Amino acid sequence: MTVDITPLRRYRNETPYPFCPGCGHGSILDKLSEALATIDIDPASVVVVSDIGCAGLSDQYFDTSAFHGLHGRSITYATGVKLARPELTVIVIMGDGGTGIGGTHLINAARRNVGITVLVFNNLNFGMTGGQHSTTTPDGAVTATTPGGNLEHPLDICATVGVNGAGYVYRGTSFDDDLSTRIVEAIRHPGFALLDIWELCTAYFVPANKFTRRGLESTIERLGLATGVLYQHDVAEYATAYRAASRDLPSRMRPVGIPTTHPSPLTDTTSLVVAGSAGAKVRSAARLVGEAAIRSGLWATQRDDYPVTVKTGHSLSEVVLGPRPAAPVGVTVPDVAVVVSADGLRKVQPMLAAMGLNGVVFTIPEFADVVTGARLVVIDPTASPVRIPKAQLALVLLTAAVARLGLFPVEAMTEAAAAGAFAEENLAAIEAGRGL
Amino acid sequence: MREYIDGSTAIVRGALDAGCTFFAGYPITPASGILMAMMRELPKVGGVAIQGEDEIASIGMCIGATLAGSRAMTATSGPGISLYSENIGLAVMGEVPLVIVDVQRLGPSTGGATTVSQGDVQFVRWGTGGGFPIIALAPSTVTESYWLTAKAFDLAERFRCPVFVVTDKELATTLTTVDLESYPTIQVRDREVGSGGPPYRYAPADEVAPLHEFGRGATVRFTGSTHDTGGYITKHLPTVDALNRHLSEKIEDHRDEIELADADLEDGAPTLVIGYGVTGGAVRAAVAEARRRGIRVSGLVVQSLWPIPETVIRRAMEGVDRVVVPELNLGLYRREVERIAAGRSVVGVNRVDGELIDVDQIVEAVT
Ligand SMILES: Cc1ncc(C[n+]2csc(CCOP(=O)(O)OP(=O)(O)O)c2C)c(N)n1
Ligand code: SF4
Ligand SMILES: [Mg+2]
Repeated sequence: MTVDITPLRRYRNETPYPFCPGCGHGSILDKLSEALATIDIDPASVVVVSDIGCAGLSDQYFDTSAFHGLHGRSITYATGVKLARPELTVIVIMGDGGTGIGGTHLINAARRNVGITVLVFNNLNFGMTGGQHSTTTPDGAVTATTPGGNLEHPLDICATVGVNGAGYVYRGTSFDDDLSTRIVEAIRHPGFALLDIWELCTAYFVPANKFTRRGLESTIERLGLATGVLYQHDVAEYATAYRAASRDLPSRMRPVGIPTTHPSPLTDTTSLVVAGSAGAKVRSAARLVGEAAIRSGLWATQRDDYPVTVKTGHSLSEVVLGPRPAAPVGVTVPDVAVVVSADGLRKVQPMLAAMGLNGVVFTIPEFADVVTGARLVVIDPTASPVRIPKAQLALVLLTAAVARLGLFPVEAMTEAAAAGAFAEENLAAIEAGRGL
Repeated sequence: MREYIDGSTAIVRGALDAGCTFFAGYPITPASGILMAMMRELPKVGGVAIQGEDEIASIGMCIGATLAGSRAMTATSGPGISLYSENIGLAVMGEVPLVIVDVQRLGPSTGGATTVSQGDVQFVRWGTGGGFPIIALAPSTVTESYWLTAKAFDLAERFRCPVFVVTDKELATTLTTVDLESYPTIQVRDREVGSGGPPYRYAPADEVAPLHEFGRGATVRFTGSTHDTGGYITKHLPTVDALNRHLSEKIEDHRDEIELADADLEDGAPTLVIGYGVTGGAVRAAVAEARRRGIRVSGLVVQSLWPIPETVIRRAMEGVDRVVVPELNLGLYRREVERIAAGRSVVGVNRVDGELIDVDQIVEAVT
């Protein structure tokens, strides 16, 4: 008979901890090492992501994979690792300092339930930088930056991640006998798991507050904070859920070629500005003109100008058409202007004034008195046998402009519209425009 | 056949063709188009895209994912680059391949969200502490947006560092007609992956060690602190010195592999116009127009902004006594050109009102 003896895998290396005598960090790390040995996973597939501060030094005492990044951002790196490789075991070690500066990452990782395990080494102050107060420093506590006693209310880390969806949440101290068991549970939990582990900073918090192990426990009690496993429920792990949701998607985008189906008589570059109101399909109408021009063998560019609030104010599109390719450049004085609303008019008034006799301005009767040096063509949409919705005015007037100036065949517009979105209403607008 | 496409779409396609498998970003005009397209497209190719809770999280996730084997990209605009700053340093220090797209808008601060600018050219160069070299590419057309993005992925792997693609509101959102045949194929090198042994190497100083990824059989240590080749924090003077020289020399000693510019030089022309990014289009048009008017002039559109392509610029300056540098800022790149121009007169054509530089403005400066 043969017996296979698997040697216990090693997670903790030989290097002694660098922490001050009595510092809680070392005891928690011993418990982590015990927990990893219990689970018995390949150390190379365990990634310890350490934050900054004394707690952030931790990864160097482990023979696992390690990522030591920036202050407060450990959860973001851990999230990236887990999203890329869900099969890896990702453990974050962060101080209460890191929890404060990176609070938003904590909340959002909990909310998403990214399957990482976060150990908060909560010693109630910034150890490494000299004992300043952190977001978890109890009210009244004396620190390097609260010499008269802390006036701020301490953050309840567990409640914060718990109410926001975290799968597993535990609060305890570095002295808890069952800590390694709880770490095992947390690592085995598929979702976001957090252990808020209170401990002593013997260099700063302890001397400044005559603090003891008993003090840790009584402070937790005084603040009315519960201990033990506070939240534990089944959740869908984010990286796994993402992969499941990605199944059966169509294939990725590829270039969509536009065929040349018509000739254009244009021999020179022609610039066209359409000015209307934001949210009134100015840009999409201009795009159809460009696509139709390409169908007619031309080269088009389209630059848009609009305020950040996409549904109010002006919307301006500059379309430049020509027989040869050209880089997009600014249009100062266009050859053709199409004005369909007061918002648009306000924006292009100086442009219209600068236009000369060779230019043409297309507009509606409402703006028939516009000041311009260009030839004015007033088109009355009410003359159309069909009712023209306001949002189609741009396309109607653009079609009229294309037809009257003979830039390219209107059939090219029809084809472009038929191949695109909202085909039916756009085709109706083009029909109306060519009839006016 | 031709297509009607904007620069954002070209960047996304360039990234997908270069093998990008991870994207994280936070919405910001005018870079949101890239985020939305990546959210839609990446899961289709087996990749992962996520909207981070902020820009710090987004670039952090990209760095984590890269160490776990992904090829990552993120995209933002000036305000987001500000938030990337500390993590750019982490990527430099930890030698993380990563592509960062900056779709410039008018700054400072929130500035003009929908307004074009080239105000970030020095910001991307010096956007993190420490003063180490940065690679930045600047497309001037949609086609270049495509292939320079792919090139950025290639250079990121070659040099194990973050590489910027610096574009702007106009290039990213302007629709342009592009001949489908005109897209060049960029060979993006496979990642050289190391396993076992120290994850870093500092000698020879200019050489780049293969990237050690998590979960490939051996343990891997990664750190943003000053570290030895094993990834352990160190204050050992010779090691610290070797690390810092390595971070610089791996790029500085190989600038010839990065230099990219589109030169249109005319023999004996007394004037050279140097532009980059969206202004490059106006430079090309102005050179053509000036020549049509009988003026002898050369044009140079810089595609690799950083490190500044000194060799090509020097060559283009031979026999030239006047250099014109149009840009959508108050002369941020001009000062770099002045350093190389050695006594030649260097004039700027600058615009910061949020409009593009007019071709005529450049022609005027040339005459
Ligand atoms: C962005 C940034 N700001 C400030 C610091 C300085 N710093 C180093 S450690 C630390 C606090 C660490 O406190 P904590 O996370 O509680 O860890 P501890 O030292 O108590 O274990 C700070 C603020 C930093 N490294 N990065
Ligand atoms: S300063 Fe505080 S946290 Fe840091 S090692 Fe010493 S006791 Fe521990
Ligand atoms: Mg602390």
